Amino acid sequence: MTEPLLTVRNLSVTYPGDDGDVRAVRNVSFTLGRERLGIVGESGSGKSTTGRAIMGLVGHPGRIAADELRLGDTDLRSLSESGFRRLRGKRIAMVLQDPKYSLDPVMTVGQQIAETHRTHLRSNKRDAKRAALEMLEAVQIRDPERVYTMYPHQVSGGMGQRVMIAMMLIAGPEILIADEPTSALDVTVQTQVLSIMDELVRSRGMGLLLVSHNLHLVSSFCDRVLVMYAGQVLETCEAGKLSEAKHPYTRGLLAALPQLGHRRPELPQLQRDPAWMADLA
Amino acid sequence: MTAARTWLLDPAPASRMQARCGRWFRAWLGFRRNKLAMTGLGIVLLLVLMAVFAPLIADRQATTLQDLGNRLQPVSWQHLFGTDELGRDIFARVVFGSRITLTIVAMVALIVVPVGLAIGLPAGYFGGIVDKVLMRLTDIFLAFPRLVLALAFAAALGPGIENAVIAIALTAWPPYARLARAETMTRRRAEFIQAAELQGASALRIIATQIVPLCLSSVIIRLTLDMAGIILTAAGLGFLGLGAQPPAPEWGAMVSSGRQVLLDQWWVATIPGLAIFIVSLGFNLLGDGLRDAGDSRS
Amino acid sequence: MIGLDNVTIAYGTGTRAVIAVHDFTLSVPEGEAVGLVGESGSGKSTVLRAVAGLIPHAKGEIALAGVRVDRRRTTAQRKTTQMVFQDPYGSLHPNQTVDQILALPVAIHRLDRGEARIVQALTEVGLGREHRYRYPHQLSGGQRQRVAIARALILEPRILLLDEPTSALDVSVQAEILNLLARLRRERGLTLLMVSHDLAVIAHLCERIGVMSAGRLVEITTATAMAKSQVTHDYTRELLRSNAGFDRS
Repeated sequence: MTEPLLTVRNLSVTYPGDDGDVRAVRNVSFTLGRERLGIVGESGSGKSTTGRAIMGLVGHPGRIAADELRLGDTDLRSLSESGFRRLRGKRIAMVLQDPKYSLDPVMTVGQQIAETHRTHLRSNKRDAKRAALEMLEAVQIRDPERVYTMYPHQVSGGMGQRVMIAMMLIAGPEILIADEPTSALDVTVQTQVLSIMDELVRSRGMGLLLVSHNLHLVSSFCDRVLVMYAGQVLETCEAGKLSEAKHPYTRGLLAALPQLGHRRPELPQLQRDPAWMADLA
Repeated sequence: MTAARTWLLDPAPASRMQARCGRWFRAWLGFRRNKLAMTGLGIVLLLVLMAVFAPLIADRQATTLQDLGNRLQPVSWQHLFGTDELGRDIFARVVFGSRITLTIVAMVALIVVPVGLAIGLPAGYFGGIVDKVLMRLTDIFLAFPRLVLALAFAAALGPGIENAVIAIALTAWPPYARLARAETMTRRRAEFIQAAELQGASALRIIATQIVPLCLSSVIIRLTLDMAGIILTAAGLGFLGLGAQPPAPEWGAMVSSGRQVLLDQWWVATIPGLAIFIVSLGFNLLGDGLRDAGDSRS
Repeated sequence: MIGLDNVTIAYGTGTRAVIAVHDFTLSVPEGEAVGLVGESGSGKSTVLRAVAGLIPHAKGEIALAGVRVDRRRTTAQRKTTQMVFQDPYGSLHPNQTVDQILALPVAIHRLDRGEARIVQALTEVGLGREHRYRYPHQLSGGQRQRVAIARALILEPRILLLDEPTSALDVSVQAEILNLLARLRRERGLTLLMVSHDLAVIAHLCERIGVMSAGRLVEITTATAMAKSQVTHDYTRELLRSNAGFDRS
């Protein structure tokens, strides 16, 4: 692999709590190249916070600390809020779980995509519209002209998520962070949306960080997987070989999943070992 | 102190009582951080204490004792707030006036909350025709300006504290009915209501045990914020001679009687006016604080 | 135990009525577990709500424990059928302790030994005495779902309806809840009707699986046949394909 697009070394995110500080993310390190990297974990594992920290979206009163947090040659640690605003959309983009909350309800989806194009690429109205229509076509929307004039509440969940992807990719970012991008969608639509995302990320040579609780999905979609627990990365492995994972937590999670065609009278329950917390602390 | 605190903040309470106390205590800890709200609470508590212990603070006789030779005396050690146009001690009248104010406020609250809930809860819960009928009724009362309607009632029923209370209550309940209805409607479809329905709970039981506890907090907040308005309306009625009758030391009536001498003997109208202002402010601050405390919890 | 015969369910009335479920027929014998899968809007939850008596059905017949029922039900009829909802946050009253939540059904049905029943219900779902006087916000998602199960079981129902009971939970907690449901079903001989979008979860708990699409039951098969992909309908095949995860080829 060549020079990584994103380097994260010893990233920590801390929130002040009533009984002392809560460390949502502890010393997380990884690099992201032109690949599909998955972060899996249960709720509270810090997987989403990691994604938000890279986007500069950890708001007050959270604090970020890292030995290294670099996007290409830009140091994200010293970046101001306005610096992040210029970066977001243009170099890093993010797709969230529910398109309903990510899209502006009083603007047509086409206008929103075009607006992103205009802000980041300083294009004129006509070029932006043309680019937006092309982008809608790229996310396999059959009738881009019609969808362009639709409002967010008029599109279905799957189409909304495709619109989000179109909007996020129009400025040609280097990295896409997708936080549970398909969790709100029906299973049959999930795979469609994922393959569209995969296709675009691959053809543009982007890096993709997929944050999800769904082990199946991550292992079948990504190249590499980070397994997070209590704010730490417990293990990194090749996605295809997740079934050969070594850490007892990963193995416990996999075993706890009900499987079609392998019915057990009882699912093995995960026994949490306090030692996992101390592993990297 | 620490033992009580540990008991209250125990994450695994051992009885219904302890759980409830713990909840109140936690809410109190949050509320206590709000300085303005604490000021409001202090003012309201002071008003209550003043009303309860009025006979210890001032001489009851002095509120009605006319001493025409001593009329319109300025502030002095003998008459802390001076005397009015009939030579009565304004300090004693303000202190005893707090009883009237508090009575009006309490009576209005006791009428307005049950009436508002009785109209609003069924309207929100059953919807349909029940909702339409009850809400149109509410609209009728809402259509009149509050003070004008209160004036009309007070004029029709005759002046006096009881009638003032009834007049204010009649005009104050519609917003509570609306509030209760809105709160009920947002909760109507909640899964815990459906669960209660599935278990065979009657509509009455669901409303009483599931919905009322949720409505009550916003109703109380609204009531506290409304208190200032109620006090002002009561004072307004008193000012116009439709509230408490002389020689009762009602603050609004006191302002009214002092207005002829406002320029020369400013204290006669100003002191009871200040009392009205401070108490209204206190209730408002308290209400704001309660609302903020409610927000942070949900 | 559960009999649905040509049940049609519509939302709204008159010309604006939208039919959510068409001619649904299904029979679940006592002690069996049947699951319904389908996408959102397929009508699977609507069927469950009609069986629970939360919404009326326009046509057809619903019979529970041999008795024909409607939306309006007697207290005794309510007792036979209970339900566990999807969202463990929304299905518990936010201002009531676990104790109060469990005391409500006892009070409604005027059950004897209320105290003992509450303690027993908590033990059965694996909650300790320390959880009894907590508020829902002091419990984890899994613990809340256990409270919801305890609330349903305290009435000793014969039929338990499950509406996506684990889809809001983490994988490890999901396993615990599924094990709990399987155990309770065994111990009490419960008849289950479950709705989920997750084929594997349904197949874990249920013997038979009904596939719903656009308001119709398109196929009904066994979990074993489903696992071997012995299915007839196109939509079921698509569901099976999606369930296998993302296809990288």
